[in-house]
Amino acid sequence: MLTKRIIPCLDIKNGRTVKGVNFVDLRDAGDPVELAKIYSDEGADELVFLDISATEERRKTLVDLVRKVASTINIPFTVGGGISSVSDVEILLQNGADKVSINSSAVKNPQLINDLAQKFGSQCVVVAIDAKQIDGQWIVHLVGGKVPTELNLFDWAKEVEQRGAGEILFTSMDNDGTKNGFANEALAKLSDLVNIPIIASGGAGNIQHFVDTFVVGKADAALAASVFHFKEIEIKTLKKELKNNNIEVRI
Amino acid sequence: MKIVIINYGAGNIQSIMFAIERLGFKAVLSNNPDEIKAADKVIFPGVGEASSAMKMLLESGLDALIPTLKQPVLGICLGMQLMCSKSEEGNTKGLGIFDVDVIKFTPKVKVPQMGWNQIYNLKSPLFEGISENEYMYLVHSFYAPSCPEAIATTDYEVEYASALQKDNFYGTQFHPEKSGDIGEQILGNFLKLND
Repeated sequence: MLTKRIIPCLDIKNGRTVKGVNFVDLRDAGDPVELAKIYSDEGADELVFLDISATEERRKTLVDLVRKVASTINIPFTVGGGISSVSDVEILLQNGADKVSINSSAVKNPQLINDLAQKFGSQCVVVAIDAKQIDGQWIVHLVGGKVPTELNLFDWAKEVEQRGAGEILFTSMDNDGTKNGFANEALAKLSDLVNIPIIASGGAGNIQHFVDTFVVGKADAALAASVFHFKEIEIKTLKKELKNNNIEVRI
Repeated sequence: MKIVIINYGAGNIQSIMFAIERLGFKAVLSNNPDEIKAADKVIFPGVGEASSAMKMLLESGLDALIPTLKQPVLGICLGMQLMCSKSEEGNTKGLGIFDVDVIKFTPKVKVPQMGWNQIYNLKSPLFEGISENEYMYLVHSFYAPSCPEAIATTDYEVEYASALQKDNFYGTQFHPEKSGDIGEQILGNFLKLND
């Protein structure tokens, strides 16, 4: 049976790992390659690297990092952050990334999703969607959740699927950094609406939250950062508990 | 040992190169027929869309070469699918090595299948020392149905062939280079064939 995936997310700034609390106030959590290897050995199913640097050198630094990660670990990984063109994607895939995630660039230029799916296949195109509720409506936001768009989460999810996305990474900005659990109601609705895998993100605080997002939220994968980086949850323990709750995981 | 990865413009080749390096070998990328023919092991990668990948093979003449190879050949993911008779993806003819037609999962399940699933009914030297029901990493929307040439089975919507073998030709739907230490062991088994 296909298993539910546990995905640690490493936020990268200038080649180092960081994790924001509510995307502000960054803390340092170490060397990305070393951390990637530890997670891979502990049983992470995949990794996501999200580059948040804004320097001129960022592309070269990121490509170097992708090569180092790909040569070190033997599980799949996704790279996101500032990717806005077919050539950006090409260089990352050529250097060993398995998938890329696009966010703002997909909102600004939805055709990019079609272009990437056509050139590289849907399997490597992850569309990341950040959304929060405004007057009871889930509204897509950009720039780490600071800028609202006119897009409704569910309409946008349907559109990215139709354009060829292979997976959706949904981050609830209402839950992110709270450690109060994932946005399971919205997740379940998304999962019923589209027929591509959904990664739940934002709100992981304890093991029960993961159980809930797989059972109640119908998520295919769950992503978290700080609970893993600061060893509040060990991946091995988490997977054992998921298994005890009759959730299929790779152990 | 000379390992050649067929370079026809498709696939995440770098990950396979790195996995082979971790196993203590070195691979070269090539689309040169003489170099491919002279190799001890040939790896035929592939990620992307079947009909455009097939088009690239036709343009380079590799479509005629690959089925005539005598050394162990391993097709991975789309590489395996292209070694079949035909594929529903882009309605394309394949290389005709494996006698099976590749078809698409239905919307009863999420498509693509993405993640780790088990392989069982293992029957090939490729799986020497590998236990039944180990987890492999798969990403695909199309699959080869169960058939006599199946050497591994996986269950997603239906039980299908997640690996195939005919004579010196091997194919895995899963990515051994991305399936942790067990996947690497399977890749290592392939590199040890005929030794």
